[in-house]
Amino acid sequence: MSSAWESVIGLETHAQLLTVSKIFSGAATAFGAAANTQASVVDLALPGVLPVLNVGAVECAIRFGIAVGATIAPRSIFARKNYFYPDLPKGYQISQYEIPVVQGGTLSFPVAPRDGEPYFKTVRLTRAHLEEDAGKSLHEDYQGMSGIDLNRAGTPLLEIVSEPEMRSSAEAVAYARTLHALVMWLAVCDGNMQEGSFRCDANVSVRPAGAQAFGTRVEIKNLNSFRFLQQAIEHEIRRQIELIEDGGRVVQETRLYDPDRDQTRSMRSKEDAADYRYFPDPDLLPLEVSPQWIERIRAQLPELPGAMRERLTREYGLPAQDAAALTASRALAQYFEQVAQAVTDKKAAANWIMGEVSAALNADDISVEQCPVPARELATLIARVGDGTINLKTAKDLFAVLWAREANSVDAVIEARGLKQISDTAAIERIVDEVLAANPAVVAEFRGGKEKALQALVGQAMKATRGKANPQQLNEVLRRKLA
Amino acid sequence: MRRPNATACSLCRGWSNERAREGGAVSELAHATLAQLGGMLDRRKVSAVELATHFLERIGRHRDLNAFLDVRPEQTLAQARAADARRARGEASALLGVPIAHKDVFVTRDWHTTASSRILEGYQSPFDATVVQALAQAGMVCLGKLNCDEFAMGSSNENSAYGNVLNPWDRGAVPGGSSGGSAAAVAARLAPIATATDTGGSIREPAAFSGVTGTKPTYGRPSRWGMIAFASSLDTAGLLTVSAQDCALAFNAMLGFDPKDSTSVDRPREDYTRSLEIDLRGLRIGVPTEFFAAGLEAEVEAAVRAALRQYEALGAQLVDVSLPNAALGIPVYYVVASAEASSNLSRFDGVRYGLRAKQYDDLLDMMRKTRAQGFGAEVKRRVLIGTYVLSHGYYDAYFLQASRVRRIIAEEFQRAFSRCDLIAGPVTSGVAFGFGEKSADPVAMYLADLYTVPSSLAGIPAMSIPCGFGRGNRPIGLQLMANHFDEARLLGVAHRYQCVTDWHARVPAGF
Repeated sequence: MSSAWESVIGLETHAQLLTVSKIFSGAATAFGAAANTQASVVDLALPGVLPVLNVGAVECAIRFGIAVGATIAPRSIFARKNYFYPDLPKGYQISQYEIPVVQGGTLSFPVAPRDGEPYFKTVRLTRAHLEEDAGKSLHEDYQGMSGIDLNRAGTPLLEIVSEPEMRSSAEAVAYARTLHALVMWLAVCDGNMQEGSFRCDANVSVRPAGAQAFGTRVEIKNLNSFRFLQQAIEHEIRRQIELIEDGGRVVQETRLYDPDRDQTRSMRSKEDAADYRYFPDPDLLPLEVSPQWIERIRAQLPELPGAMRERLTREYGLPAQDAAALTASRALAQYFEQVAQAVTDKKAAANWIMGEVSAALNADDISVEQCPVPARELATLIARVGDGTINLKTAKDLFAVLWAREANSVDAVIEARGLKQISDTAAIERIVDEVLAANPAVVAEFRGGKEKALQALVGQAMKATRGKANPQQLNEVLRRKLA
Repeated sequence: MRRPNATACSLCRGWSNERAREGGAVSELAHATLAQLGGMLDRRKVSAVELATHFLERIGRHRDLNAFLDVRPEQTLAQARAADARRARGEASALLGVPIAHKDVFVTRDWHTTASSRILEGYQSPFDATVVQALAQAGMVCLGKLNCDEFAMGSSNENSAYGNVLNPWDRGAVPGGSSGGSAAAVAARLAPIATATDTGGSIREPAAFSGVTGTKPTYGRPSRWGMIAFASSLDTAGLLTVSAQDCALAFNAMLGFDPKDSTSVDRPREDYTRSLEIDLRGLRIGVPTEFFAAGLEAEVEAAVRAALRQYEALGAQLVDVSLPNAALGIPVYYVVASAEASSNLSRFDGVRYGLRAKQYDDLLDMMRKTRAQGFGAEVKRRVLIGTYVLSHGYYDAYFLQASRVRRIIAEEFQRAFSRCDLIAGPVTSGVAFGFGEKSADPVAMYLADLYTVPSSLAGIPAMSIPCGFGRGNRPIGLQLMANHFDEARLLGVAHRYQCVTDWHARVPAGF
């Protein structure tokens, strides 16, 4: 990408809130039910129905607002956004327009660009507001007709809008990932991107490097994975730069990302943009949030990821990158703390969780809540390595045994399978003597200057002890005897 | 014109089923007050089934008024039988077994609900409006659904998709609107009481034109759940009754907090009959000078002034008050109400219920054609006005400005109420006009709401009570307005007037 250009990116994220019922009706919000079975008379917009605000949705918004250090508006207004669409039952969407409930705030996150040093970035948030989702139009299954499923109509959403402060697709993705982790950490959103619980729209523009004025922005919709977000932004930045360099002009429009073709295509231009005729919804009173309500929610908030990151570095002496990785989710962080509190080697606990545990979770595609190895056993495992009972190699094998649920007690397996590390110097010397006697050629190679030959001898000795020899001791004894 | 017997005793004395069948005392039953009907039911002088049958028969006999849109005797009689059974079990609520009819903007499970629009022809609601449900819970028996202006938009009932309602006093005159069917039904005693809605005068203007008592409570007092929305910030359910006393009795059952309506006010229930015997000595009645300016017809002014003198005779004191911006109420109202209506009526798109155009090219075309075919001219006009005033670039000049003036008008009422307890004036500038007289001139029609709109914008309770007759023997109404939540006193003040006058008790000839 040409360095003569700077890209400017802002994200609008819709997080579906984890409430049991809809934002203005008592219907359930669960995903995947048979079409229109979770649409109440309010969701269907039958004549005579009225909305009643779900306080649970407001609490989610307040939780989020506190977590990003935003101002919670003491009085915010629900407005009607008017447009006609078959899956918009009322002919308007209830949203917040002029006065949103969450105003301002910031989000800080680590960025790891493909070609550079990792760094931290802080982006300001413009606002976050409450609104209802629309239903779904189903065009495929009905020949010549469209089906309408209103189960999703009225589902509560928090639309989180960032300032246009991201400068690369890597920053945009890092922002989105951190936001994703945060809303799940706060238990305000399940973060399920396949089901559309967390979806992003990106506003992208480019300008000559060093310029102050913004270029014309393009909004890209339909970005339901981090990979698509990255690809779509990169594609769009390229498209805009090429367009301008070829003497063209970017037009303000909304484009839809097509992941199959890795392309964006125009949905509508600014000229066709609807006039939504926003006005305050007369069916709903202004939303009033008292300082007492905010404080009550603040008191119930879990420790936030930023604060926890700092505490982990402070209390456990972990590097910042480790603390960031371990606070990727609240459950992972809790798992780490349970393990770390039971062992003396905190760094070992971090390494195990970022290494073996994370790899196994990824391989099985399960979350840490479903981890088959209890924190208590992992702690024992780490302690047994630390006190020399077993070596690291044995520990990893033993971890696999626990993961496969073939056993549930580290000590019992060590005992039963005789996995105890051989740290008895006399025993190791005896084995080393045997190995040296049996492999005169390898010994000669080593003595002839071939350092690598030592590894073969270590391997032979390990094999003879079925992997149980203390590796440091073994090395030491071998070198001594070969010297 | 005939005066009915004035007391409860004379009404119930000697009345029997046999005589009812002969028709001799039938009208006496129809002309009884709610309290009298309740008393007769209580003493088993009449059953709820007999009462319902009686009113159904009158409804059938006076079909030419076109007051009713949907009558289902089997549903009515089922409710009446249930009421009789409740009474037989020892229940003794004041309204148990008393008939009522509902304006067609209240959704009902057992009757169609159309809001007098083609777009909802044959629509059956899966639930009852809270107001309907509350009155049914008190034991009131529904006689059917009443004609009105389409989506309650109009002042003459000429905007109904199902035809004009005739004024029982003069079939050549409009009954008023939008609750024209409710007013005509009560005036003709086809129902002893009827629900109605008032957005800018839709209860009070037809009450004045049809010579009945019409009461709009404080906005937020009655539930709007199940009331098809016209202008949500103004729509208020109320009643058309023969007397203020009847209204007070039914308000006890009808008004209360409803968690299904966010704009419903969470206040304890009250007894609206508690102030009926109010002493008027020392009561200060404010007379807004602006309501007696040019445009008010002499015969209306004379009747209203006579009513005010009557109040003075009862001990009240008249004080001049001013509502300087009341006249701006009309433009403010037609901006605010139309804006809300344009959005409220968006749901009628042919997708989920109601009319769907037969022929169309695609989805948008289906919606366009459905709305073009389903809405009448006045509804379209207001949707257009509302869409315009909310549009980008016009919002500040129209909607926002109107909202500001609305607040100013509400503040002027508060200033006036600092000097008086109640405000009185005319309801309309003239008596009921003839069919077609104003329908060609929307602005002239809109001006019919001149005196009723300000109190709607302020959200205060207001009523119209009969106070005389003008040319062609057409009724004249007196408007009484009170401060927020002061319904009990408002009804008491109206009742005292009705104790010493009989305008409200008069029945048009032939009914």
